[in-house]
Amino acid sequence: MELTVQDAVAWIKKSNEKIQANKDYLTDLDQTIGDGDHGINMARGFHETAEKIAGQDYTSYADVLKDTAMTLMSKVGGASGPLFGTAFLKMSQALQGSDAVDHQTLTSGLEEAVNGIKQRGKATEGEKTLLDVWSRMADFFSHETDFAGEKVAEEAKSAMEQTKDMMATKGRAAYFKERSIGHIDPGSASSFYIFEALAEVIEGGT
Amino acid sequence: MSYVGIVLISHSSKVACGINDMIRQVIKDVPIETAGGTDENDIGTSIEKIRQAIKRANKGHGVLVFYDIGSAKMNAEMAIEMMETDDVTIVEAPLLEGAYTAAVESGMEKDMESVAAAVTKEFG
Repeated sequence: MELTVQDAVAWIKKSNEKIQANKDYLTDLDQTIGDGDHGINMARGFHETAEKIAGQDYTSYADVLKDTAMTLMSKVGGASGPLFGTAFLKMSQALQGSDAVDHQTLTSGLEEAVNGIKQRGKATEGEKTLLDVWSRMADFFSHETDFAGEKVAEEAKSAMEQTKDMMATKGRAAYFKERSIGHIDPGSASSFYIFEALAEVIEGGT
Repeated sequence: MSYVGIVLISHSSKVACGINDMIRQVIKDVPIETAGGTDENDIGTSIEKIRQAIKRANKGHGVLVFYDIGSAKMNAEMAIEMMETDDVTIVEAPLLEGAYTAAVESGMEKDMESVAAAVTKEFG
């Protein structure tokens, strides 16, 4: 199975829909252990991104992700802009030159995204950040041989839920130390919606 | 006269402007520019504002960048990477105290490395 340029557009569109629908939930998560703007920021950034992409005629998967990256960087605000922006930018660079994206190509794209997040955020796994979802997803993809939509969503959900018991040592939640335990990391929740959207695209729903 | 420029990045435009006011009471000539808040002037930081502030502060002798918390440093790094320049340095020091020290040192017409070293010696 291969993902086409239309699938890339659908991925971003669906991600936006999910983030808009859960904007208040994301903000609630962030109010508990952060500065309370995550939902608003992500909703603004993804709205702008979806608008930008809807108005273009793309010929490559990578170009969709590149525009996504650039818009997220400038429109999300907060640390999420550079981090999600970098993830999509690195993926875009890894996918450059591929008309359709097979499982192996997307896997290497996700691995590059993980490297980008680590580098930009000077983060490692287990610090209760979005990296905890992205890293597990890259790992999951590398152990599969073909796209498995439902399993992608399940894995992303489990990765997100795993952040609940972690103590934040990076990002704004780190100021809350022990009090960050017991709450899902907002960036990981947003990442879950992005992977859930990807899973639906893989399943073929539009 | 030519001085190393200073950029103050804060999540709040009021914080950035307030620090600027405090330094300006003492140091008049050193270029100091602020990048406070998001593009909409909400709490946050903006790559574009940081880029513009760095451009304005650079009078040919380099710029030292000071930042507060969270996304400020990440956005500063991205702004500098996009500008593809090597005469801008992010300094690891408290925003207010660090920038204040840097402004005094820059006012003595020291070069960028010396000013940065003086601040790092104090706070690093």
